[in-house]
Amino acid sequence: MFLPPVIALHIPDGFLSVPVAAFGWLLLVAALAAALRQTRAQLGERQVPMMGVIAAFVFAAQMINFPVAGGTSGHLVGGALVAILLGPWAAVLVMTSVIAVQALLFQDGGLLALGFNAVNMGVLSALVGYTVFRQLSRLAGEDRGYLLRAGIAAWVSVEVAAAATALQLAVSGTSPLTLALPAMLGIHAAIGLGEALITAGALAFIRQTRPDLLQSHTAAARGSGWVAAGLVIALAVALVSPLASSDPDGLERVAIDQGFEELAQEPGYELLPDYTIPFVEHEALTTILAGVLGVLAVAAVTYGLARFVRRGQSV
Amino acid sequence: MNPVFRERYQQGTTALHRLDARVKLVMALLLALGVSLTPEGVWPVYALQWCLIAAVGAAGGLSAWRLGRAAAVALPFTLAAAALVFTTPGEPVARAGGLVITGAGLARFLSIVLKSWLAVQAALLLAMTTPFDDILAAARSLKVPDTLVAIVGFMYRYLYVLVDEAQSLLRARAARSAALPGKPSGGSLRWRARVAGGMVGSLFLRSFERSERVYAAMLSRGYDGRLRGFAPPPLDWRSAGWAALPVLLMAVTVVLAFVFRSSA
Amino acid sequence: MSHHSIEVDGLCYRYPDGRVALENVSLHVAPDEKVALVGPNGAGKSTLLLHLNGVLRPAAGSIRVAGLPLEDRHLGQIRAAVGLVFQNPDDQLFSTRVYDDVAFGPLHLGLDEAEVRARVATALDAVGMSAYADRSSYHLSMGEKKRIAIATVLSMSPQILVLDEPTAGLDPRARRQLIGLLRGLEQQTMLISTHDMRLVSELCSRTIVLDGGHIIADGPTQVILSDDALLERHGLERP
Ligand SMILES: Nc1ncnc2c1ncn2[C@@H]1O[C@H](COP(=O)(O)OP(=O)(O)OP(=O)(O)O)[C@@H](O)[C@H]1O
Ligand SMILES: [Mg+2]
Repeated sequence: MFLPPVIALHIPDGFLSVPVAAFGWLLLVAALAAALRQTRAQLGERQVPMMGVIAAFVFAAQMINFPVAGGTSGHLVGGALVAILLGPWAAVLVMTSVIAVQALLFQDGGLLALGFNAVNMGVLSALVGYTVFRQLSRLAGEDRGYLLRAGIAAWVSVEVAAAATALQLAVSGTSPLTLALPAMLGIHAAIGLGEALITAGALAFIRQTRPDLLQSHTAAARGSGWVAAGLVIALAVALVSPLASSDPDGLERVAIDQGFEELAQEPGYELLPDYTIPFVEHEALTTILAGVLGVLAVAAVTYGLARFVRRGQSV
Repeated sequence: MNPVFRERYQQGTTALHRLDARVKLVMALLLALGVSLTPEGVWPVYALQWCLIAAVGAAGGLSAWRLGRAAAVALPFTLAAAALVFTTPGEPVARAGGLVITGAGLARFLSIVLKSWLAVQAALLLAMTTPFDDILAAARSLKVPDTLVAIVGFMYRYLYVLVDEAQSLLRARAARSAALPGKPSGGSLRWRARVAGGMVGSLFLRSFERSERVYAAMLSRGYDGRLRGFAPPPLDWRSAGWAALPVLLMAVTVVLAFVFRSSA
Repeated sequence: MSHHSIEVDGLCYRYPDGRVALENVSLHVAPDEKVALVGPNGAGKSTLLLHLNGVLRPAAGSIRVAGLPLEDRHLGQIRAAVGLVFQNPDDQLFSTRVYDDVAFGPLHLGLDEAEVRARVATALDAVGMSAYADRSSYHLSMGEKKRIAIATVLSMSPQILVLDEPTAGLDPRARRQLIGLLRGLEQQTMLISTHDMRLVSELCSRTIVLDGGHIIADGPTQVILSDDALLERHGLERP
């Protein structure tokens, strides 16, 4: 059977606590309402056939893989690619449709978990991917390092989706954050590389064949509030979801556990080594802090890369 | 039909197949919700819920074995919760390497696995007995925005068309990727990524251009941005009552679970 | 207003990428006439047909269809009068179920449900596909898709049928059935773009040759099909 490339991101039912799942649906509904309005304004009656066929494209494109090394292969998730090609809001609709069909038709991801699955892989990856791409363009200049910028955006979009997934699992008490976050980020750092390479390759092809497609929408998407929306949603995920947790002991247990302490000393897990223990007692606060740290880390990496791109270009 | 994807839908004329898709959708959601609301470690209650879901499945001609096996798709994800075995405080029951496995951790992990397995079965009750079109129509009558439903409908229509195109691209690549024994095949990573990217890019362009032709075909048949469809048939309340039974029973098991847990 | 005619005068069209696909094309089709449009690949046939219900808009020239000038305010009426069957049925059949596809046109004409259902039944019956109503379009054979694509416009009862390569990709039997079906539609004006010269000689009394975006010849089918030099020059052949 065909295994979806991002199986680690399709959360099945049972892994999210009910309040967390409900919060995911809330976020999704808000994001979809905005996306439907924005794309209708941009595309008019073309909205329905275009979004639908492109969603089918994403589904099919996720099958196209290439061997990386040691039997692993690179795949596409597609959020950043579609966002760069059609604009962030169209990408939100497209990716949400893909994830809904995967859940309804193939049981990849649960029904209750569909809210956050779509927020992670649809809304966040599209908005963040697009934001990163645009910000890098601003910093590095419109026509410089186009493919590199797209690749970075694609990589970050996957990492953000992975971090958000880890966060939701942690808040639901399903997996300790200190473990889930580095594990998810680690696995998806590799997956994101495949994503980056394919995204850049696809854009290279499209730029050669239909350069007109790459210019037309950029203007339309500008000033439509995508930066604000992306930030609001990212912050909402980071800040509010821990408070929605119904599991009073989930993270607390983790923090005082001896097994965990042993684990935390294992090398691979020291990305955010001891943030739970020494200074912060309250578990929701801990998680918020971790979320904010995550967002900041991604922002810092992005900024650093942008500087790097710009320097590389001007030498 | 493409062999790589197996849609879950099984044709049939059972009571569950005939049940109004709107009712079935709500029922499946509520059953999955009930399972998710059930606390940890209430093993007898999980068994009851399993019997309940299996009984509804039987009304749809689905054996408990088939449902259970099909629901195993979610099992790889349980890896994400595996750490609980070590990180939950409690009586140590075993040691693996330097790590301590606790009884409470084991119970917690197993609860999550079981609940997830049950919830997927609840979703399968819908997916295995309802054509996707009917699920979409049901979503529309349940107030999911028309535009969104229409987009997913278009996606479903062109899903296999584009999957076929993707597969013929993959086959064409495979046919031209000869490998000599003892030599690394397929060029550098960069080159391989570029080839795969080119395939994705050309698939995108074909899809994009197709969407323009589809739009033209819609326009020429009078589409003006408003999608029209037949009004949904009235809801049959008798069948809705029939479907309320498993939902009520599920609610009872959830209550039982809390009673069971506080007395334990 | 039973004015089933097509009048195209001095039509020019260029695609957004700059390619000029039609140059100064003029043609008139009288009510009930059956006209074939032939020419090599890339001649501009599909481009011309897409103008006839306003999917593409001319860069220059004028178009009147069913007696109405092609303008925004007449677009609804013109689209109701012209049934355009696309070259690729996968573009035309965009619904998941055959029935919904055939119902799409009548529903968007604003007809009431009983009328729509009656028309769908008639149209599916006319193309011999009544048994396929609940099938999904994806699983159909090429010949079945082509026939259903025709049903999707027949259900709108158009006065003018515009068909883009209706017999392409069909096996001989499906082709025969399709020609028989089209022969039965006597009341409609027809403009058929095709590479199938036997279809031309069996169905159309008049033939127009298009090449490189220009009209090369326009006359009775017998005359055109017996002009070997003309056929040779424009990549065509006798039936
Ligand atoms: N969307 C488009 N953008 C740019 N050029 C196009 C487009 N569609 C068609 N063309 C070009 O316009 C010309 C006419 O194309 P058209 O499809 O009308 O030809 P045709 O006569 O229908 O050919 P065929 O017999 O192959 O169907 C061709 O040169 C084609 O490459
Ligand atoms: Mg053509």
